[in-house]
Amino acid sequence: MKYSLLLAFVCFLGNTSLAQECNSILLGQVVDFHDNTPLDGATILITGKQNTSFTDFDGKFKFENLCNGVLELEIFHPDCKSKFFTIDMQGDLFQKISLEHHLEELDEVKVLGDVKKNTTSSQEERLSQEDIEKFSGSSLGDALKNITGVSSLNTGANIVKPVIQGLNGSRVLILNNNVRMQDMEWGEEHAPNIDINANQNISVIKGAAALEYGGDAIGGVIVLNPLPIARTDSLFGKTQVNLFSNGRGGNITSEIVKSYESGLYIKAQGSLKRLGDLEAPEYILSNTGIRENNLSLNIGKRDFIQGWEAYYSFFDSDIGILRASHIGNVDDLITAINSPQPRIIEDFTYDITNPNQEVTHHLGKLNYYRRFKGLGKLSLQYDFQLNRRFEYDNRIGEDAGKPSLDLQLTTHTFSPTLQIDAKENLHLKVGLLARFQTNFPNPATGVRRLIPDYDKSDFGVFVLGDYELSDNFKIDAGLRYDFSNINAEKYYRITRWNERNYDEDFGNLITDIVGTQYLTNPVFDFHNVSAMAGFQYELNENQLLRFNYALSQRAPNPAELFSDGLHHSAARIELGDLRIKSESSSKLSASYELASKTWGLVVAPYFNAIDGFILLEPVDAELTIRGAFPLWVYRQTDALLFGIDVSLYHNWTSQLKTDHQFSWVRGTDQTTNIPMINIPAANLNNRISYVHPTFHELTVSLESQYVFEQNRFPPNITVFSPEQQQDVLLEINTPPAAYHLLSLDIGAKFSLFKPEDLSVGLRGTNLLNTNYRDYLNRLRYFVDDLGRNLSIRLIYKY
Amino acid sequence: MKKNLLKTKKIVSKLLSTALLIGLVTGFTSCSDDDEPPVAIDEEEVITTITISLSATGVETVELQSRDLDGDGPTAPVITVANLAANTTYSGSIVLLNETEDPAEDITLEVKEEDNEHQFFFTTGGAITTVSYDDADGDGNPVGIDFILTTGDAGSGTLQVTLRHEPKKPNDGTLADAGGETDIVQNFSLTVE
Repeated sequence: MKYSLLLAFVCFLGNTSLAQECNSILLGQVVDFHDNTPLDGATILITGKQNTSFTDFDGKFKFENLCNGVLELEIFHPDCKSKFFTIDMQGDLFQKISLEHHLEELDEVKVLGDVKKNTTSSQEERLSQEDIEKFSGSSLGDALKNITGVSSLNTGANIVKPVIQGLNGSRVLILNNNVRMQDMEWGEEHAPNIDINANQNISVIKGAAALEYGGDAIGGVIVLNPLPIARTDSLFGKTQVNLFSNGRGGNITSEIVKSYESGLYIKAQGSLKRLGDLEAPEYILSNTGIRENNLSLNIGKRDFIQGWEAYYSFFDSDIGILRASHIGNVDDLITAINSPQPRIIEDFTYDITNPNQEVTHHLGKLNYYRRFKGLGKLSLQYDFQLNRRFEYDNRIGEDAGKPSLDLQLTTHTFSPTLQIDAKENLHLKVGLLARFQTNFPNPATGVRRLIPDYDKSDFGVFVLGDYELSDNFKIDAGLRYDFSNINAEKYYRITRWNERNYDEDFGNLITDIVGTQYLTNPVFDFHNVSAMAGFQYELNENQLLRFNYALSQRAPNPAELFSDGLHHSAARIELGDLRIKSESSSKLSASYELASKTWGLVVAPYFNAIDGFILLEPVDAELTIRGAFPLWVYRQTDALLFGIDVSLYHNWTSQLKTDHQFSWVRGTDQTTNIPMINIPAANLNNRISYVHPTFHELTVSLESQYVFEQNRFPPNITVFSPEQQQDVLLEINTPPAAYHLLSLDIGAKFSLFKPEDLSVGLRGTNLLNTNYRDYLNRLRYFVDDLGRNLSIRLIYKY
Repeated sequence: MKKNLLKTKKIVSKLLSTALLIGLVTGFTSCSDDDEPPVAIDEEEVITTITISLSATGVETVELQSRDLDGDGPTAPVITVANLAANTTYSGSIVLLNETEDPAEDITLEVKEEDNEHQFFFTTGGAITTVSYDDADGDGNPVGIDFILTTGDAGSGTLQVTLRHEPKKPNDGTLADAGGETDIVQNFSLTVE
């Protein structure tokens, strides 16, 4: 900033100063900004004069017979950004000039795929721009399933939680434009509050290697960044419309970007989505509509020396929960499991009624960075998030319109990082984190709080290093420490408190007795250390090997500690445990990657041993006056997950390509030697695509998705049925059968006003209208999954 | 002119950096917590107690009760019963209470108000011979707050009472046909003498 103000000042003076003597000598040296190495071959021009000079091997240059006064120099170098430099000649002068050759900050339009990965040695995959456009009307979770090893945990079709190599929820971090989402990810029926259309540069890191984002990513990290904006004076944008037959609705998303050569940019983006009741092949899935309104705004300026960005995003959704999935007790659940059709099928409607969830999420971010010569880049970031969630059940009487759950989660985060990249082959990154979070469960619901009032503070510090041993061998390593403190105020029923034996271990937490309840004040500290190390070795131009080890620790989330009560929408009693400690994962992952013009192959095995793995599973049933309810309890055990992701492609001709993906994971509770719950079944995807470049870039692809039956699952439970007056087997864990789905996608590009400014696509999923249920969909007890869906997409770029 | 524009933008950038700092300061101070403890919640629409009164001329009035004071807490409901007289026609009525509140709230009133969205179902066995409805909602369909129960010869019998909300109405009187969600289900093992 100092420099540019000086520049402006000097330019103003420059016109008035008069040349007097013209025998001064300017000696100079051009060096690299980062490491001060001399740059040879740079061209130096004096503006308005004919003089030109070149730097020699030592980066030096010389001009003779110059007049005193202000001169403006222009310096070019083939690898660097041109620079203007002003000097005030008063006699002979030596001037050192530094040039910048790291261009990534300037974000000239990059070709996707060439973008630098977030990590060197871990398994990481990026979602292609075509896939993002194909899934513009779907959820983030559905789009991510295109990545091998990523599956989803669903509550119906609109609530989709990503699962990475078998793990989900708090074990998967989501970075939304460099802000870690704090969106109550602990709940199984809470999907990420993300509009896939906002930040379309999406990648998945399968594991905890990206320590800068957090040390607790035992499952992995999903990184969503905005697409780069070029430094040109330009105004451009894109509008996409998708229409769907299943749900009889669609979405529209639009963005507009104004950019300036100075690096300043303004981007506004918004989307609207409306879908009515979805349909299974044989019936309507009543009350499964969705309404979503999203908005995001970016304004910033990116320069090499410094830059800033202000970002705001607003996410607002109202999602219907299948009416038939709201049940009274275990007998209703038994009836539902045994009945081929849901108990409530109504006519199609766009209306969303109870049960449903309304979620809003505000996210604001301010970011500033500055580069320091010979050192690196310092970034400061503050972000604010406000997430409110209402869940409505079927309630009667005066409470009919009241939510059963009303949570407000407020989070402030401050995160400075320093990236030291002065040395060509060694990059270091150090950073700090301070985060404060408050959860407020509104008592106006009149329903006992499932998640209590709490304040949470987190402090973290990390260091990451990346070292290039040789041209084809890179190593990386990192270390991180996190402290976290949770201070909750929670009411426990005295009967529950005693039944859990908390009176023995936590008697000192009781602060008051109110009626039949204790008011308690649990305060817990967690110290977590995470570390990683790995390498990337390029065997030759087409092949490389990666190997990574990551140790990560995760503090229990509020649900795991404090859940307590009847979850009406799931007809189950969920109990957390105050005794739960951090879980700790050791993950080894490796990959072999081949990419040539004709063949591509990635083979990526992994092995994840988790000590104190926290899981929620049905153990029993409890009798109440309303009948029996399955009791789901959080507990800790030692778990072992291992699996493999394989993807393969072959270009048969320049027009015909096939893609093949397979992923398989196995999870076992080591203590009991019983298979883990909710582990995705193996799946195999095959796709054949044909491209006709000369006819509107026509692309036709047919995709087959085969999901195997999960045959490793924990045993079912036996419960007493008050209705039948006997013990019955509740088949709550039995997975559904394997299934096979076909989908077809056709895309073409047309030129309206500019070349190829309009893309049109037709897509059909579940083409054969197959009846199926998926093991990782919580609604599998009640209904079949989605039937055929035909969609049209129109993308217009301007 | 362009330089001036550049200068303006630099100033804007400086202002925003300041805003960032202000945001930080206010951000951290605003999360100071208040010391007020959260208020306790007594669930409002919970049914803790179902009391069935059975009366007939010439015999003692009988009360059957199921009481679950901790709702979805770990304690199972407490059931109290009394013996019934053989070969008798009782008129029965049901009272539902929420005893977590003081004074207890009469939930029967809510069921009456929304009687077309509620129905009690009775399943009998052994010495309890039949139960028939003795009331109707606005559409003329049974509700079951009032009913007639007949006993057979002395022996043991069972009576299961289920309250469903939003059942299919009218229905054939079975739980399977009615559907809906269960608010109460309770089984009473009885002796008829």
